[in-house]
Amino acid sequence: MTAGAVQRTKAVTRWVGLAALVTTGLTVWLGLWVTPPAKVQGTLARLLYIHPPIAWVALYCAFGVAALSSLLYLWRRTRSLFWDRLGASAVEVGVIFTALTLVTGSLWGRPTWGVWWTWTARLTSTALLLVLFLGYLALRRVPAAPEVRARRSAVAALVAFVDVPIVSFSVDWWQTLHQRGTVLNPGLTLKVHGSMAWTMGLGFLAMTLVFVWMVMVRYRIEALADQVGDEELEISLSERWAEGDGPAPAPPRVPEPAGGGR
Amino acid sequence: MDPAVHLRSAVALAGRFPALSGVDLDVAPGEVVAVLGPNGAGKTSLLRACAGLVPVTSGDAVVLGCDLREDRTAVRRRVGLLGHDASLYDELSAAENVRFALRAAGVSSRVATARADGALDRLGLVGRLRRTPALRLSAGQRRRAALAVLVARAPELWLMDEPHAGLDAGARSLVASLVADAATDGAAVVLTSHEPDLSVPLADRVVVMAGGRVAEVRPGGRDVAAAPPLLVAVKGDDADVA
Amino acid sequence: MWRDALLVASKDVRIELRSRVALWQVLPFAVLVLVLFGFALGPGPATLRSAAPGLYWLAVLFSTVLATQRSVAIESGEGTRDGLRLSGIDPGGVFLGKAAAVALQLVAVQVLLGAGLVVLFGVRLEAWWLALVASVLATIGLSAAGVLYGALSAGLRVRETLLPLLVLPIVAPVLIAGSRAWSAAVSGAVGPGTSWLKILGPFAAVYVAVGIGLYGPLQETS
Repeated sequence: MTAGAVQRTKAVTRWVGLAALVTTGLTVWLGLWVTPPAKVQGTLARLLYIHPPIAWVALYCAFGVAALSSLLYLWRRTRSLFWDRLGASAVEVGVIFTALTLVTGSLWGRPTWGVWWTWTARLTSTALLLVLFLGYLALRRVPAAPEVRARRSAVAALVAFVDVPIVSFSVDWWQTLHQRGTVLNPGLTLKVHGSMAWTMGLGFLAMTLVFVWMVMVRYRIEALADQVGDEELEISLSERWAEGDGPAPAPPRVPEPAGGGR
Repeated sequence: MDPAVHLRSAVALAGRFPALSGVDLDVAPGEVVAVLGPNGAGKTSLLRACAGLVPVTSGDAVVLGCDLREDRTAVRRRVGLLGHDASLYDELSAAENVRFALRAAGVSSRVATARADGALDRLGLVGRLRRTPALRLSAGQRRRAALAVLVARAPELWLMDEPHAGLDAGARSLVASLVADAATDGAAVVLTSHEPDLSVPLADRVVVMAGGRVAEVRPGGRDVAAAPPLLVAVKGDDADVA
Repeated sequence: MWRDALLVASKDVRIELRSRVALWQVLPFAVLVLVLFGFALGPGPATLRSAAPGLYWLAVLFSTVLATQRSVAIESGEGTRDGLRLSGIDPGGVFLGKAAAVALQLVAVQVLLGAGLVVLFGVRLEAWWLALVASVLATIGLSAAGVLYGALSAGLRVRETLLPLLVLPIVAPVLIAGSRAWSAAVSGAVGPGTSWLKILGPFAAVYVAVGIGLYGPLQETS
């Protein structure tokens, strides 16, 4: 990347970060002070401004980006470490958002359903997704050459993605067998209108911006780490080359050809 | 004739370490090249890069007409590598190991059996040794079995990492005759060694590596006219072993 | 590819017959898991019978991890891994062959576990064919996913700990669908039971296809 492009990327990152900060602040302000408490759920409904946006980022943005970039990495024509870094950054941020999805969902569930956790389809498959991608991150931490790690990670991500629809199907069916309607239904049928609606919309925007900003920063760290690696490689390459200039080992003696058995 | 191996400024990485820092090397078919050099000079990496196992990340690398920068899988079935670690399945016998290698290369079952028998005979693995699981063979016998795989596959390029290591005198002269025969049949041979006394007489050319590149090239001691006495010596030693 | 698969499978099976790892380690382990579940869930026959299908599949899943570890270990020597890459065998064939060998071991495990379910837990299968079809599909899926992840973690020093973490969440649908199908087979409710095959079937197909496609890149770990 040229110096100009680096500067531009830095500037964009800064602006995105600023926008994320402002929109998040606005969401908090609107969500906590401006909007009225909901009729059914009271003040609890304020989680609505934050939980669905986080889930949206976790389940769609993050893992969508990761899936796409893994695919583009594995496809020969578009193979570039750019996709590897992007995918890794997206998964890393995605894991945090998935965990937050579960935590905020749980905070909501405790007063609404009376329990921290129920084995609903959505919760269960989200939790499985979290574990799948923790596995991906564990695999990435295994030291390897960048290309090897990239290939391994891309395959792991794709294999995990293939699993996601199967998981959600099976968990859906599994849950319908055991559904206890009384526990589930309230809370999910909140009526959203007026200031609540667009506070929630703002929440989506804010969380998406936060996601984009975090991925950009994460990507930059990854790229810088690779750059350091490349520079180290340059140095070790020239050092290694210079090793060959040292005093040549003593010339081997040429023994009598027929003396074979030693 | 096209060279069997053609490397120009070839760089190969082991993890993030530049195992090869810019190798220039040409090996013609029918030629034997001995690679000498201290530990960590890049000898093993050179062989593995030629086999298409380690990617060459910059420079030119063409082996047996295949451009390794483009596709390093195509060349693999045509080269034979004798590694440090014998490529044997412990639970299978020497004969089964050789047969598996041949069957994997697409040889029919009957031909594979015949060729495996021939190769094992040549390496002096006869009778009970042939049927013993590789696990229970001695280090030297395992080495012989690995050599039998190489002989049976009859590759166009032989890459031998320390072929003399751990072998008795008989087997060492056996290695000499195998190398000579392979070269006579038109295969190129690249072998690494820490023992110049053993490897230099086999080679047309001696390459000294240091710092992941070729530091020096010298003439080798291979004398085609000297081949017959060498073979006689082999037979004598072999009889002692068997 | 099929010829290569057969070659690799027969090699792995032959090695297995010599080393007897499945016989002396995987099979006893599976039975042990079943017995331990029996201890954990108490002697009440009703509880045990209703939990039996789930326990059966959990035991199968754990055995899959073991069998996969072993399958990877066969090729774990530097030399043999290189040998396989240099051999000219189609990577898809290697995948299919190794998966077939693992599948064969899982069949043995399941026969034993099935017998254990009948003897220890007093389970009777009303619709045995449903259980059989579910088992066949699940076995294909489990061995394909296992071998695929085995290749992913091959050559890593942390293989033993990483593999279960990677494989078990992936095969969760098999656990769910297998247990449900078997529950249905035990209770004789064939109708809802067969719908679980719609998960086991695609799972098997997807992982066999993905494995054939991606095993090649995975072999290139250097």
